[in-house]
Formats: sequence, C-alpha cells, structure tokens
Amino acid sequence: MTNETASASSALFSKENSKELLDHWVKAQLADQTRSEGISDSSVSTSSAEFLKLFSEALKGGNLSNINTPEWELVLRMLGDLSASRALQGSSSTDTAKFIFSLKHVLFERLNAASGLASKPEAKASWELFLLLDKLGLYTTEVFQKSRESVIRRQQKDIMEMSTPVIKLWDRVLAVPLIGTLDSARTQIVMENLLQAIVDNGAKIAILDITGVPTVDTQTAQHLMKTVSATKLMGAECIISGIRPQIAQTIVHLGIEINDIITRATMADALKEALSKVGYTVESDIALEKVR
Amino acid sequence: MLIKTAEDRALINEDDIATVRSSVKRVVALLNFSLINQTKIITAASELARNTIEHGKGGKAVIQVLDEGERVGVRLLFEDNGPGIPDTAQALEDGFTTNKGMGLGLGGARRLMDHFSIESSPESGTKVSITKWQEKI
Amino acid sequence: MERIPILKLGETLLVTIQVDFHDRVALALQEDLCEKIVNYSAKGVLVDISALEMVDSFMGRVLGNIAKTSRLLDCNVVLVGMQPAIAITITELGIQLTGINTALTAEDGMLLLQKLLKAKSGARTTHANKNGRR
Repeated sequence: MTNETASASSALFSKENSKELLDHWVKAQLADQTRSEGISDSSVSTSSAEFLKLFSEALKGGNLSNINTPEWELVLRMLGDLSASRALQGSSSTDTAKFIFSLKHVLFERLNAASGLASKPEAKASWELFLLLDKLGLYTTEVFQKSRESVIRRQQKDIMEMSTPVIKLWDRVLAVPLIGTLDSARTQIVMENLLQAIVDNGAKIAILDITGVPTVDTQTAQHLMKTVSATKLMGAECIISGIRPQIAQTIVHLGIEINDIITRATMADALKEALSKVGYTVESDIALEKVR
Repeated sequence: MLIKTAEDRALINEDDIATVRSSVKRVVALLNFSLINQTKIITAASELARNTIEHGKGGKAVIQVLDEGERVGVRLLFEDNGPGIPDTAQALEDGFTTNKGMGLGLGGARRLMDHFSIESSPESGTKVSITKWQEKI
Repeated sequence: MERIPILKLGETLLVTIQVDFHDRVALALQEDLCEKIVNYSAKGVLVDISALEMVDSFMGRVLGNIAKTSRLLDCNVVLVGMQPAIAITITELGIQLTGINTALTAEDGMLLLQKLLKAKSGARTTHANKNGRR
C-alpha cells in the first residue's frame, strides 16, 4: 500500500473528522429499525466510540491488508468481545456483523461526498450494488448460523432426554437418578417423564436420587420441590435420596425449607423405606453362620 | 415475524372465559404443541381472561398465530380499560413457594409461557401479552 | 342450568367433574355436596377430575373450598384422576391444594378414604354406638 493511500486513510480518521464520523455512524445504527431489542442505545454509542478509537490507532501503522498483525490485535480483541457478548445476549449474527457494515456505509457516503462522485450514476449504482451484496452476504451467514444452532438444539434435547431416565425399581416404586445440574428445562423433562411413568406403572413411591447433582442452591431446591409437589398431586409419595453431608449443610445454611419430605442418605435406604411403605418386608434366605 | 391469523374474543362475563379457552384450544391443537404445553397455554389463558373480567371490568382477548420461519407460536393478548395494576412488579412477584402477588396469577402465567409482557396504568387500562413457541417439524 | 351429579356409594359420595366448569356450576356443586354430605352422613367424597383438561386458580379455589367445607362436616375428600399435564401446570402456577388428598385411580382413592376413616376412628372412643347415624 502506498504512502498516499496510507495518509489518505489516516486523514479520514483525523481528530476533526472522527467526531463527525462517530456521530454519523451512531445515528445510522440507532436509526436502523431492524436492530434487535437487546442492544441498548447507550451500548451502541459506547461500542462505536471504542471501536473507532482503536481502529484509527491501528490505521496509523499503515497496514490495511493484514489484520493478523500486532497493531490490529486490540481491534480484533474488542470485536471478539463484542461479538461474544452479543451472542450471549441472543443477538443474531446479522446484527453483530451490521456493526461493521454500517460503518462501511457511512464511510462510503462521506468518501463519495468528499470526492464529488456522489452524483455520478456509476457511483450511485456501485453504492446500491454494494449494499445489496452486503445484504446477501449477511443472509448467507445468518442461515448457516441458524442451521448450526438447530443441530445443537436437537442434540441438547436428546442429551437431556437420555440423561433423565425413570427406572422401575419395584412394584409401584420408581426411581429417578438426577445427574448434573437441575435447571428449569431439565426439571420440566423430569416432571413429564416421572408423572407419566407414575400413571403407566400405578406407582406409589418415587425416589429422587440427587447423588449426581453437584450443588444444591436455592434454585435447585425449588426445582426439586416442584417435582415433589407435582408427584404428590398424582397421589404418589416422594423420597429424596443421595443427600451428601455438604448438601445437608448447604440446605440448612441457605434456610431452604424442605418441609415434610422424606429424605434418605442413600438409594438403598430409600428403597428399604419405599418397600415397607408399599407393604413388603425383605427377608434373607442365608442362614446366619455362627461367628467363631 | 408474521402474524398469520388473529381472532378477537370479547371478555365481558364469565361464560366468555370458557369461550376463550375453547378458541385457544382449537388453535394450539392445530399447531402441534405437546399436550403439556397445550394445557399450560389454555390454563394461562384462563387465568388472564378471568383477570380481565374480574379486575379489568371487561375487555377482550386476541388470539394470534405467529410464524417466525423455523418456529410457530401462539400469542394471546388480554386488554381492558380497567383501573390498571398499581405495581406490576409486585404483582409478578408471586413465587412458586409464596402466596404473594395479589392473587392475580400473573407470575404463574409468566412461568407457564415463553414470553410475557404487561403494560398497565389507570389511564389506559391493562394489556397483557403471552407467547409460546413451537418448533416446526 | 346443569348441576353436577353426585352419586352415593355406601358412605362415600362420588363426584365426576366434566369439562368447561362454569362458575355458577361450581357454587351449585359446593352447595349440593354440603347438603348430601349431611343428608347421607357421608364419610368420604371422591372427586374424579380425569375428564378435566385444565385446572386454573379458580378451579383450585373451588376444590379447596370443597375440601374445607367437607372437613368441617367431618368428611374426607380425595381427588383422583389428575392428568400429568394438570399436575405440572398446577405446580407451576403455584396453586396450593392444601387439605386435599390425592390418589391415582378411583380404586386407590377408595382405599385411601378407608384408611383415613380408620385413622380417624382410631382416635375416637372404641365404644361402638349401636344407634349410630345411618
């Protein structure tokens, strides 16, 4: 890239021009009706200002062709953070890409205006064509993104379904080993599967084993309580097993009310209790040997 | 997002609650919602319809079918010109384990649906909107 | 106006609640039930909700009231036939069905009523009253 180009580029982002450019750019973004709701006006202003600052700094290095060099690192990092946080907020890839493209459009307008090319039909045509191609490009990325996401969603659903089996332990006794965090999505699945199993098996007792639940916080406890409530409504009783010492302490410490629910330390204990409740006693056939 | 269909139902007296329920039931059955989701939607509709009549002094329900490409949804709007809810934040507070929230069932309706929004003031009454989505097969 | 039929099975009353439960019908049911509990000296009420597609907070209150008034009349109430979808929805809505016993099937419900009755009479005097209410 020649020195001319380099200095022309830098000139565009001179202090005087930058302020005007920033205003123009922010206004254009705020005016975009299709912007998603999660992106606040103030975050648009802040991100734009930050980007322009880092961008004009990087430009001074004179390298406009390769962004994988040290002078562009700060810019890439800022964009990476922005993109990641937007993804977490649920923005689409189009929205996030538009951040850069909207700057391109504003720049283009200013360039055309400055060079007096704006009125020429070729300039107008190329302008419209660029906008159109941008849109098509964004569309391609968007569809790609969405199909990846739907694959992930399907897989997540499968994983959740497979990891919450309802086991028939005995006549009228069911067990649900809960593995992993008990969030609201999983609670829904557990409730659906468990309640249906209660109906199908005429079960009277459901043992919820939380050995595989790493932590029990207020949320988890609420989800457990929901499951217990729903089970009771179906005329069955719940026993919670697998309460580790730390969990017991956490529950008391957090002041979580697990009122009138039967709990046992192990599934074995829970099973013993369940069997006696449905009217079974367990006898051993092995004669007791005298201990010498 | 496209609003594919929309129907209005008046909510004046308590018979209308049952009418709204059957209209909603018809719509959600066609959209392939699971039985559990159908029940949730109809129940939420029943709660909000009752609110419109009892607290909102009458109004209307609007039942919309939405299409967003990969998913379809049902959106129910409940509108009245009643006295409004003074503190919507508090009204939404009814937790699962508490009995707060003024018995309006708003928190419950929100928990049953995917999306919930409410606008309420003494001047313009109350507008509640609830939505549930279903992925297209 | 339709009134929900209440059947008598020995000392138990059986109520089957259908769909589209209007408020007026609810009040009529509560009245009818109270009357019949007293008239027949009923010891238990089995409420079958297997035909219900939905229980909202209004219905929850109706059921709660039925339970309360029955208890005052020394009568147990057992709800049977709750569908999973309804159990989940009720739980999510936070409707408290306090004082209401539930059972999976009508059979289980009858057994539960017997059990509850036995528990009660165990607390009373064992002296049989030959001129008892019948």
